Amino acid sequence: MNPLLLVEDLAVEFKTRLGKFYVPDGVTFSVFEGECVGLVGESGSGKSVTALAIMGLLPKNARVARGRILFDGVDITSGNDHPRGKKMSMVFQNPLNSLNPNMKIGQQLCEVLEENFKMSKEEARKRVIETMTKLGIPEAEKMLERYPFEYSGGMRQRAMIAMAMLCEPKLLIADEPTTALDVTIQAQIMRLFKQLKSSSRTSILFISHDLSVVSQIADRIIVMYAGKICEISPVKQLFEDPLHPYTQGLIASVPDLKKKGSKLRSIEGNVPSLLDPPTGCRFHPRCNKKLEICTQHEPDEVQMKDRIVKCWLYEKAGI
Amino acid sequence: MGKYVAKRIIQVIPTLFFVILTAFLLMKLIPGDPAMILLGPQARAEDIARFRQQLGLDRPLPVQFLIYLKRVLTGDLGTSLVYRQSVLSLILERLPVTVTLSLCALVIAVSIGIPAGVMAAMKHNSFIDLLVTILALMGLSIPIFWFGMMLIIVFSLELGWLPAVGLGDPTKGLWDVVSHFILPSLALGILSTGTIARFTRSSMLEVLNQDYIRTAYAKGIRRSLILYRHALRNALVPVITVIGLQLGNLLAGAVLTETVFALPGLGKLMVDGIFRRDYMLVQGEVLFTAILYIFVNLAVDIAYAFINPKIRQTYRGV
Repeated sequence: MNPLLLVEDLAVEFKTRLGKFYVPDGVTFSVFEGECVGLVGESGSGKSVTALAIMGLLPKNARVARGRILFDGVDITSGNDHPRGKKMSMVFQNPLNSLNPNMKIGQQLCEVLEENFKMSKEEARKRVIETMTKLGIPEAEKMLERYPFEYSGGMRQRAMIAMAMLCEPKLLIADEPTTALDVTIQAQIMRLFKQLKSSSRTSILFISHDLSVVSQIADRIIVMYAGKICEISPVKQLFEDPLHPYTQGLIASVPDLKKKGSKLRSIEGNVPSLLDPPTGCRFHPRCNKKLEICTQHEPDEVQMKDRIVKCWLYEKAGI
Repeated sequence: MGKYVAKRIIQVIPTLFFVILTAFLLMKLIPGDPAMILLGPQARAEDIARFRQQLGLDRPLPVQFLIYLKRVLTGDLGTSLVYRQSVLSLILERLPVTVTLSLCALVIAVSIGIPAGVMAAMKHNSFIDLLVTILALMGLSIPIFWFGMMLIIVFSLELGWLPAVGLGDPTKGLWDVVSHFILPSLALGILSTGTIARFTRSSMLEVLNQDYIRTAYAKGIRRSLILYRHALRNALVPVITVIGLQLGNLLAGAVLTETVFALPGLGKLMVDGIFRRDYMLVQGEVLFTAILYIFVNLAVDIAYAFINPKIRQTYRGV
């Protein structure tokens, strides 16, 4: 089966006053139809940039330097003639900033259908009300006439999700959709995503810095560190038997409520500067299992059944 | 909405009071006894005393102020010493010229400033951006009287395209009237053009970096729609306030422009009044201009409420 989305050796170059750097730097992964893939990593690891590159929305100082992006069998790397808003859509982190403050929600949503699907105003309105109601926005007809600042945080994110789902996309990219919300609202929005996942054939690329959030919804998880992929694994195996030392550290850092009084674990050290990344494996300065070779050469991908890991510990085992 | 308007209008009252008080005190600050100045150095002492009494200058200061306040509130700005005519009627006679001039200048400033600012922002850090920035700065820095004279030299004296000074004659047709306003409006408008262009540019740049513009791109809608419906509309909200405030500056700038182009407007009346030591006229005009400024600001605030949904909705139905 061909994947819906195939990202191959993608590298994005950023030009800054301090110099050029690459993030992500050569990532390869795929998303299949109906699948939910989680993308996890610390800030600066390149998860959001990966998403923006897929959407063809890289900022002005960035460009795809290497690799390609195939969507539905079509190369969309250049960003021209892009299927965004038609077959692909995105939900952003901060719903208040992501909505036009001086435009009624209804107009902001109807616009997608009127523009991309040439619907009449009435048709669009009907569809928008339908979608909003389905996504748990009460009195949708009345809410259409409201401005973003009159919505609560949770409702705003629901409206954003409605906006993304209007075109019934094949791929929905959700970039930290719950991070800016209150914990209780977070839970509601997560339930909504789970509901979306089970009720539609839309594939989801769910991005978060929070492994425990992603694990609630994802079928597979991609772990990124400093612009590189460490590990790709189905969610269950990832938690039961994390392969990469970074993943192991991440999982160990999730606090365990059953073990009262135990010390909160963390990964020692800091994320490296991407302007001058470490040689070899980028995680080696913080890795507690590093070998001689880790400081010299970058590990290759090692395929282990349905999992992929990039670490010298397994390179040996693979041979 | 009505509540908002009412609130703003009530807020104007104390401002008005202080403006009147300032106009009153300014006249008191001028050295010398007005009665003596008015009657001349040869006047007899008892004449001066009688005149002082007539003007109420022998009364205590607060009483004088109350009398002045009452007169102003009933629309009496005094009588011009030179023209021997009510100050208000003199002002109202000249007002249309100044208002026409200011509005023409504003139209020029808006129709050049906004497109220039938008273009500069869209081509950020390009040659066009640099050009607009430099021209806007020049517009802000060039003195009106110098620029006005340059316009006269080039377009009237050298090229002979447009008349240099004075008002047109309506009996000679519309063009004669319009042509007399073109150079003064340009000279006056250049300052505001610079301000509006700079403001539009920075506001547009800020908006283009907002998350909701990225959302609009993510929707896959046309670029022209993103720029017009999402970016420009939001960018213009602060610009509209600036435009409104420019109207006040233009009224002030009219003083210089009318002098250079010999237009019989409020500004020229003021300058003439100052040169001829027509205190009543100057006091009346200062007060009138200040009040005009206050009401222009009020109108801007109310207009702002109409375009800003946040204010509109907050006061909805009240």
